[in-house]
Amino acid sequence: MNMMTGVSPWERLIRPDRVHGSLYTDPEIFEAELKNIWYRTWVYVGHESEVPNANDYVVKSIGPQSVIMTRDEQGKVNLLLNRCSHRGNQVCSFERGNARSFTCPFHSWTFANDGRLVGYAFPDGYEGQDKAQLALGRVTRVESYRGFVFGSFAADGPTLKEHLGGAAETIDRLVRTSPEGAVEITAGFLKHRVKANWKFILENECDGYHPAFVHTSIFGVADSMIGKLYGGASTALTRDYGNGHTEIDLRPEFRKRDAPMSWFGTSEERLPDYTTRMKAAYGDTAAREIMIDGTPHVMIFPNLFIAEIQMFVIQPLGVDDSVQHVTALQFKGAPDLNRRLRQQTMGSVGPAGFLLADDSEMYERCHRGVLARNPEWIFLGRGEKRQRQDELGFTVGHVTDEVPSRGIWTHYRKLMEPN
Amino acid sequence: MLSRESSATLMSAITAFLYREARLQDEHQYEAWEQLWTDDGVYWVPANGADIDPERQMSIIYDNRSRIALRVRQLMTGKHFTQTPQSNLRRLISNIELMDEQPDDGDIAVASNSLIFESSLRDDTLWAARNEYRLRHVDGELRMASKKVILVNNDKAIYTLSFLV
Repeated sequence: MNMMTGVSPWERLIRPDRVHGSLYTDPEIFEAELKNIWYRTWVYVGHESEVPNANDYVVKSIGPQSVIMTRDEQGKVNLLLNRCSHRGNQVCSFERGNARSFTCPFHSWTFANDGRLVGYAFPDGYEGQDKAQLALGRVTRVESYRGFVFGSFAADGPTLKEHLGGAAETIDRLVRTSPEGAVEITAGFLKHRVKANWKFILENECDGYHPAFVHTSIFGVADSMIGKLYGGASTALTRDYGNGHTEIDLRPEFRKRDAPMSWFGTSEERLPDYTTRMKAAYGDTAAREIMIDGTPHVMIFPNLFIAEIQMFVIQPLGVDDSVQHVTALQFKGAPDLNRRLRQQTMGSVGPAGFLLADDSEMYERCHRGVLARNPEWIFLGRGEKRQRQDELGFTVGHVTDEVPSRGIWTHYRKLMEPN
Repeated sequence: MLSRESSATLMSAITAFLYREARLQDEHQYEAWEQLWTDDGVYWVPANGADIDPERQMSIIYDNRSRIALRVRQLMTGKHFTQTPQSNLRRLISNIELMDEQPDDGDIAVASNSLIFESSLRDDTLWAARNEYRLRHVDGELRMASKKVILVNNDKAIYTLSFLV
């Protein structure tokens, strides 16, 4: 890639209705993405409910980097880099646990779970050394929104709330599905690896054009109502919230059905305990509205996908190597709903899921496909002429239109272009 | 305890059953494979270890009998793209052991190891697993009442697993 021509290479590669195939396959572009996206903007890391008690920790990631999310003795959530400040050894080799400190196995340097260096072996060799200079590295900024913990390596920049912008409301909507107003991430993760660029995953999450075709095998044999949501006659919408966040808004279809819990293919009668708790928490009218509207289908750029009943976290490891971490969403105070959410999630997603095995096949075939350089472009023009602004000023289109992809690439270009 | 002779006969029948199951899986004979299950069969591929509680934690597969049937029906459509074209497969089954000849519920507990070579559009992939079965005689034939497949690398990120494991 020639950075010396004066014309922004990104302007050449990213057009309003098309993007260049090399954006998915060029290793130099992948390295630039790590620098300008993954190691700069807000990235979802983990959920506060994964470290409920003092000294709990869980190992997460930002791109290829291993990040330890801890809750220290004061109850504060920290995002520490899993790298000894001495010679770089990983200080934590377990996926989760409860520990006040991490001792590096190499030379026995010990760090408190808030990152402070508390001791090293044979300290007489370190006369006059200020331990504060040798703490574990940490993600520069940590903020959470309704329990979802994000990290940014940039010292300055938008706050998390500014970054989420209009999409924050989708998370508000999500937590209202709980009678106690909180999501819990407690069911463990499936980790599904694909030999494909991470942006094929990112763009597919709010692509409403593919389900009728990619998922025809399961819609044909299962008693699924999903297919109709993504048909030509659907009134569901695609939405671009800006900042790369995109949504498929299925509420227009669910409101037409006017049946609580229909969004999840069930009914109030089958979830009596949940229904009672929701009505007690929100009142009959609001509970009914929440239970008709259902949970959002929203892709928070660049890596948090809330897919109605489950949550995906996208992790890029290399230009053609990505992992989808996925778990069932669990709603505090909703045990009967949660059980069904786990069962449905296990059937649908992960390496052997009825839906995700086929989605992931598409990611891998697309990746191999774009290695061919003619045509050079990925065409993203669907619905460009019929998109419009909604009442809040966000761009919306038909559920099958490519409003989300265009929104993602507009934001991507802003991040990648030199400031 | 079974006599030595009847134990050898049982072992031989079990071995033949496991080899047959392996061949049906390798050759994508989905309906014949489905016939190997009892009516209450459970097909379980845990994630993140061998001993998670599948009622509380995510598994890669945790199918009751009707979901096994759904899995087979999806494969039969010919439009399950991850298996269209089908993976080329061959697996070795070994270390077959009778773990408990006559447990309380009358099923036969059997374990084996498997090593599976998969060649698909993506690449060639090697899978390895511990398999734990509960087998039952139904109308004189052995059937699977449960099969638990503990992938050696089930704590890591794994590629799509859309063939019958």
